[in-house]
Amino acid sequence: MHVAPSALPAVAFSGIARRFGEVRALDGIDIEVARGEFFGLLGPNGAGKTTLISILAGLVRADRGSAQVMGHDVDADYRAARRCLGVVPQELVFDPFFTVRETLRFQAGYFGLTRVDDWIDEILAHLDLTAKADANMRALSGGMKRRVLVGQALVHKPPVIVLDEPTAGVDVELRQSLWAFVRKLNREGHTIILTTHYLEEAEALCGRIAMLKAGRVVALDTTHNLLAQFAGITAKLTAERLPAAWAGRAFRREAGAFHLALAHYGELERLLADLSAEGIAVAALALAETDLEQVFLKIMRGEGEAASAGAR
Amino acid sequence: MRGGRTAPLEAREGRGWLMLLRKELLRFWKVSFQTIAAPVLTSLLYLLVFAHVLESHVAVYDGRVGYTAFLVPGLVMMAVLQNAFANSSSSLIQSKITGNLIFVLLTPLSPAELFGAYVLGAMARGLAVGLGVFAVTLWFAPPVLAMAAPLWSVAFAVLGSAILGTLGLIAGIWAEKFDQLAAFQNFLILPATFLSGVFYSIHSLPPFWQAASHLNPFFYMIDGFRYGFFGVSDTSPWLSLAIVAGFAVALAALTLALIGRGWRLRA
Repeated sequence: MHVAPSALPAVAFSGIARRFGEVRALDGIDIEVARGEFFGLLGPNGAGKTTLISILAGLVRADRGSAQVMGHDVDADYRAARRCLGVVPQELVFDPFFTVRETLRFQAGYFGLTRVDDWIDEILAHLDLTAKADANMRALSGGMKRRVLVGQALVHKPPVIVLDEPTAGVDVELRQSLWAFVRKLNREGHTIILTTHYLEEAEALCGRIAMLKAGRVVALDTTHNLLAQFAGITAKLTAERLPAAWAGRAFRREAGAFHLALAHYGELERLLADLSAEGIAVAALALAETDLEQVFLKIMRGEGEAASAGAR
Repeated sequence: MRGGRTAPLEAREGRGWLMLLRKELLRFWKVSFQTIAAPVLTSLLYLLVFAHVLESHVAVYDGRVGYTAFLVPGLVMMAVLQNAFANSSSSLIQSKITGNLIFVLLTPLSPAELFGAYVLGAMARGLAVGLGVFAVTLWFAPPVLAMAAPLWSVAFAVLGSAILGTLGLIAGIWAEKFDQLAAFQNFLILPATFLSGVFYSIHSLPPFWQAASHLNPFFYMIDGFRYGFFGVSDTSPWLSLAIVAGFAVALAALTLALIGRGWRLRA
């Protein structure tokens, strides 16, 4: 059956598996990312996020399965696939011999692009790097180097941009300006794939999220559905102890406060009744709607396995 | 941003490797005091010391060539070979260790394009240093300017720099730390260069070491290069050319296969 190129997903992983020695880094990953999506890839350290992105970028070869960017196989049709992909790597890497402008000019040149100076000026302006255009890369702060990495990923105008934990160790101001810029790229039609440890960022930015654990997809759904699926209340209770029936229900304990995930307000009523029945004094009680962090923790604990199986 | 205010970008297929070559040239040119001037000075010191000590003691090619004149092409070729190796190997290992090699690996450049850019960059540095050494040593041995067959020298300089640029690429791909690269350089390249007849004609060696020299491909590079200067050599220049060209082709095939498989480049 003929499929129009524009109907093909921006990114497609099909049955991707990869081992590193005895470690099964990826174990049958099937994910499709539609064109124009802002897609989040979440998981704890070692879940396989960076390996999956590295396979997409041609930096790691899969043992099994296939990956495509805009319909181009990353192995068989690597030239076209790489033209469609911009990657912002996790590490702050740079070539100490060159200036910011030279770095961007070289990167464009590797893609066979000529007459790019106007475009590079535009990128520099968007990333607030114009004043540093002729500075050596060594002379830049960490935040500025991070912005140059973003510029390098954009310089060939790829339709798909992958950001691998781009805000790790970045100050709040830069993080905000970076996200504003990435949102703008997404609005203009770029497909964005983001891995991050900051779950509030994923919640605010990503329309759809895949959660990885030990090389497998354990949840794949829209951010809205994931939150709705685990809808509930988080209670932060400051008390001497929990009632006997609630022992072991706290998913976190800090500074004398117990954090409890409650399915609905009826559970809250039961909690208050149990506290009263056992004569436990409540010093403070704060309530909040479930956020992505709790969804993430629940899924990583295995509570979401059944629900996610249908999503894969 | 996608369209941007700027005109659409104009991609020219098959031109990406030229930018990588340009980067490789700029990389050594920006620190030319270290990458060109320093090796020229080192070669000059070799010439001053060895020529002063040995000029009246060593007869070469049955006394037809003075020792200083004999030494000049050897030093020129040694500089070409060592600097071609240094360029590709150091560029690659630095990119690997600092991590910026990722920006080359993420591009659509093919294994042949990567190979061509790195090796041509290495050849350019090797030949630039060789020309520098040739220029400064002329003052000490002006007769070498009257070259008997300069095209032979050009051919061996080009092939020799390509071979060492390729070996540098292999070493850079293989090494994961600077000391591994240093081991490759100090235990393979340096002995092979020094024992190839840079400082002596192999006819002055005992028979065993003469035979051993014929197993060293570096010997053919230097002997063939020297033939272009004096029209005399330890072995036939055609044989040297065949061996050197065969070695170059075999190494290129090996390196292309390594890059194609992504060995130690792509996990």
